[in-house]
This record gives sequence, C-alpha cells and structure tokens, in this order.
Amino acid sequence: MNDYHLPPYARTMGMEVDHVEDGAPVIAMDYAERVMGRPGFLHGGAIGGLLEMAAHAALRAELDRQGSTFRIKPVNISIEYLRGGVQERTFARGEVIRAGRRVANVRVEAWQGDRSKLVASSWMNFLLAPPKES
Amino acid sequence: MNKDEKAAGLMKTIMPEGFVFDPERGARWFTRQGHTGFLGMEYHDHGDDWIELALPWREDLVGVEETGVLASGPIISLLDNATSMSVWTRQGTFNPQVTLDLRIDYVRAATPGKTVIARAECYQVLRSMAFVRGIAHDGDIADPVAHTAGIFMLVSSEGWSKP
Repeated sequence: MNDYHLPPYARTMGMEVDHVEDGAPVIAMDYAERVMGRPGFLHGGAIGGLLEMAAHAALRAELDRQGSTFRIKPVNISIEYLRGGVQERTFARGEVIRAGRRVANVRVEAWQGDRSKLVASSWMNFLLAPPKES
Repeated sequence: MNKDEKAAGLMKTIMPEGFVFDPERGARWFTRQGHTGFLGMEYHDHGDDWIELALPWREDLVGVEETGVLASGPIISLLDNATSMSVWTRQGTFNPQVTLDLRIDYVRAATPGKTVIARAECYQVLRSMAFVRGIAHDGDIADPVAHTAGIFMLVSSEGWSKP
C-alpha cells in the first residue's frame, strides 16, 4: 500500500504516503507557501484536499483487500474545522465505516504534532462503480 | 514588535480607518499569494451579497489522470474562498473569520479543460457567525458541478494571522 498512487493534484500539493496504519495509508503534507491561507496558517481547502486524499486511499485499500476493482467517485464531504493548522507537517487517515455494493462511507481525521488534537474531522461518502470495460 | 502587534499592523494595512471592502480588489489581493495564488484562483464577478471566483483547469490539479477531471481538492479551496469572501462582500468590510464547517456535494465531475466558477452567497451574518452557500459550475449554473453550505466563525483579529 506504500505504492498507493497519488493523483497529480496530491503530488502538486506535496502530499505523500507517510506510513500505513492498520491497513489505511496515513497521508502527509508539509507546510509551505502553497498551502497557506490566512498568513501563517493552513488553508481550509488544503486541509480538505488532504482529508479527501486520505479517505480515498483508505477506501482503495479496503476495496483491494476485498479483491474489488470498483472505481471510486466522491459524492460528498462534510468538514469540521477544529483548530487552525499551523506551520507543521499535517497528517490524515481515513477509516472505512462501511463499503457496500454501491456506496462507501468513510470517516477521516487530520492532525499535526499531537494526534489527540485534531485539526479537522470529516465524513465522506463515495459512489462505487464497476470498472469500465477496456 | 511582537506577533500580535505584527498581526494588528497587517490588519491596518488591509483595513485602514474608514475602509470599505471592495470585493474585486479584495479578491485580487487574496488570490495573489499562498494557496489561492498557487492554485491560480481569479476574481470573476460580484454583487451585494455574492461573489464569483474562477479556477482555470490545470493539468497538475487533476484528480483522475485517465480522464483529466480536476481533483475535488481545488474545488473545496475555491468554494471555501468564495464563500469566505461573500461574507466580507455582504458586510462591506473585512472581518477576521475562520471556517467552522463546510459541506460539499459533488453533483458531477467538472469537464476537463474548462474553468470552474464558484458563485458564493452570504445569506446571513449574526454576531458570531456568518452563514454561506455556493455553487460551482463550469459554464452553466443550472448544471452545477458542486454545491456547498458552510458557516464561518467571526473571531478577534488577535492571533488570527501570523505574518
């Protein structure tokens, strides 16, 4: 799962798989000008993008375990911003609550130095679609 | 100069005495640097309580390489920024605020190659919170790419930024 393939957007934003925890990749993103919102803090959109990437990676890992090659499409996301993201490396990890036949529900959290102090918490729903005939 | 004085200085630069928030100038200023500048966000249009920002398609912001569809991350950023600026547009002034929550429904994939436009409206501002909603589309607002609803917390300027 360390070879989880991050899309161009994620690579552009400097996201990478930090390690894998209980089967779900922890995605990390370093602080840089490109993720800054109000001066000195992470942009809410950059946090959202990181959460989505972790949710997607967790679901992909779960589907791989099930032997499913279904495609994953984001349906919606709801983000609670819990505290300002400071100038540190940020981590996010998703937890698949349910992966059904058509829909998957994932919880995601983002944190920085102290894992017990979350920067953001989120739920995300995905639509599962059969692989396209190639 | 300590951090808070620096922050207060920055606020005075942004918002001198008698300052009136000009959505067009404000949006151009806020999309010049940082994350918004990096993504290439642009001012598009505004009214009394709404503002539109645009995000031109870019290959390095794609979420699915095979299709060229823009990732949803940049759409979150675009909607977050546009809804945030809609508060200042409605108020005619700049108040420090932070995103409390944001919910986004991805109605359909954005068309590869097309600029995404976010139209955001602030429909109410109370003492401590501003309520916003918005739509992202790629040319036809009746055929939206995404829909959002969110809340911003109005905060003190102290510690809001760390210049």
